[in-house]
Amino acid sequence: MGSTVTTNSDVANVWNGGGAQPLGASYGKMMMWFFILSDALTFSGFVAAYGFSRFKFIETWPIADEVFTHFPFMHGVSMPMYYVAFMTFVLIFSSVTMVLAVDAGHQMKQGKVALYMFLTIIGGLIFVGSQAWEWKNFIKGEYGAVETKGGSILQFVNSKGEHIKLADFAVTLPEEREQLTRSKATWFMSESSLPTYSVNEVVEGFKNNPDVLVRTEVIYSEETAKNATGVHPTLNHIKHKTILTREESLKRLEAAKLVIEGANLKHNEYGSKLFADFFFFITGFHGFHVFSGVVINIIIFINVLLGTYERRKSYEMVEKVGLYWHFVDLVWVFVFTFFYLV
Amino acid sequence: MGHDHVSNTKRIWLVFGYLSIITIVEVALGIKRPEALYHSHFLTMNLLNWIFIILTLVKAYYIVWAFMHMEGETKALRRAVVWTGIFLILYLTFILLTEGHYVFTVFRDATIKWNF
Repeated sequence: MGSTVTTNSDVANVWNGGGAQPLGASYGKMMMWFFILSDALTFSGFVAAYGFSRFKFIETWPIADEVFTHFPFMHGVSMPMYYVAFMTFVLIFSSVTMVLAVDAGHQMKQGKVALYMFLTIIGGLIFVGSQAWEWKNFIKGEYGAVETKGGSILQFVNSKGEHIKLADFAVTLPEEREQLTRSKATWFMSESSLPTYSVNEVVEGFKNNPDVLVRTEVIYSEETAKNATGVHPTLNHIKHKTILTREESLKRLEAAKLVIEGANLKHNEYGSKLFADFFFFITGFHGFHVFSGVVINIIIFINVLLGTYERRKSYEMVEKVGLYWHFVDLVWVFVFTFFYLV
Repeated sequence: MGHDHVSNTKRIWLVFGYLSIITIVEVALGIKRPEALYHSHFLTMNLLNWIFIILTLVKAYYIVWAFMHMEGETKALRRAVVWTGIFLILYLTFILLTEGHYVFTVFRDATIKWNF
């Protein structure tokens, strides 16, 4: 059947487009498709902006495998990809239960629709919870780093080139620096919580440990090594962050200005500030979609239990929220690729 | 319209199988990052990235066609949604990535260093 425009002056049907079905789909379903199209363009705008920033800082962009390394109950073990793979599977599986609910709806099986909707909601909740855990690890950070006057991040490695924590070498100096809060100063003066170590303590600790080296944001390649000074002769590998010689490390540390632990919208220990901004914004916007999808699913689930769609003799409402839910899954497929894989 | 009220359960599980296999392949490649692919260069990107992007598009195709049942909609609705989206996204991506790369070369080749 092609796309024929039919008109219908039936006033009682005015809220569903007068019963006309120009594209062979009901009014609600067609409009859900167009909403999804516009939402897809919003997301692609964000992801394309991420791509812009990444191409702009292509030689210094953080490497996702070094950022997202946590897995529950595997403390201190670097396991990139596994956790996000688990999240992806949860979302794909909840998509499957959703489409099974739609399928059961076509056959007017109320009990089955309710069961599959319930499983979909559980899947959605697990996903949002996992996202929260991922955020927690990202915000908390693991190693800590130093930010220079120029705003670039210096991380620390041992003599084997392995990333080490500030706590592994920083000293404690007899200096006391209290967090400025509104109660201790004038009401308009305060600051966020202080990092565990001051810049001095990190620098002193660095001087005391001749094995520690600085790792910069620059991704090592033949091209970037050509223009750089003080690149470590043996520890560097292609497509890994550049490690400096001891002399160059000491020189770079002179510009140290801030100690950074974890990530927020202003600073992050992983490298480019924009990386954390885009991560929070895009996964946050997607997580918000998942959350609203769960809420809508719960509403439809209750309606299924109440028998609303049995009386209506159509489960098309389940199909419409299903479209939205699959769209959320679709977006995640792209977020997964562009944040974790590429 | 393709809204035959026959159960499609078999197809659903089959598509789930495809999506799972593709995801597992992606994750395995992401963990392993084979040097032959990762250190190669083809049309501005390494081959591994091309594989990831193509696999992602295959996944997107299955989600939209099978799960969202786009295959059952009329040709006009399908084109109105899919072609519009693909055209605008390709255009936007092309413009922004080209510009991003240009800004990168400006930073790299300028006499003033951003990293001081």
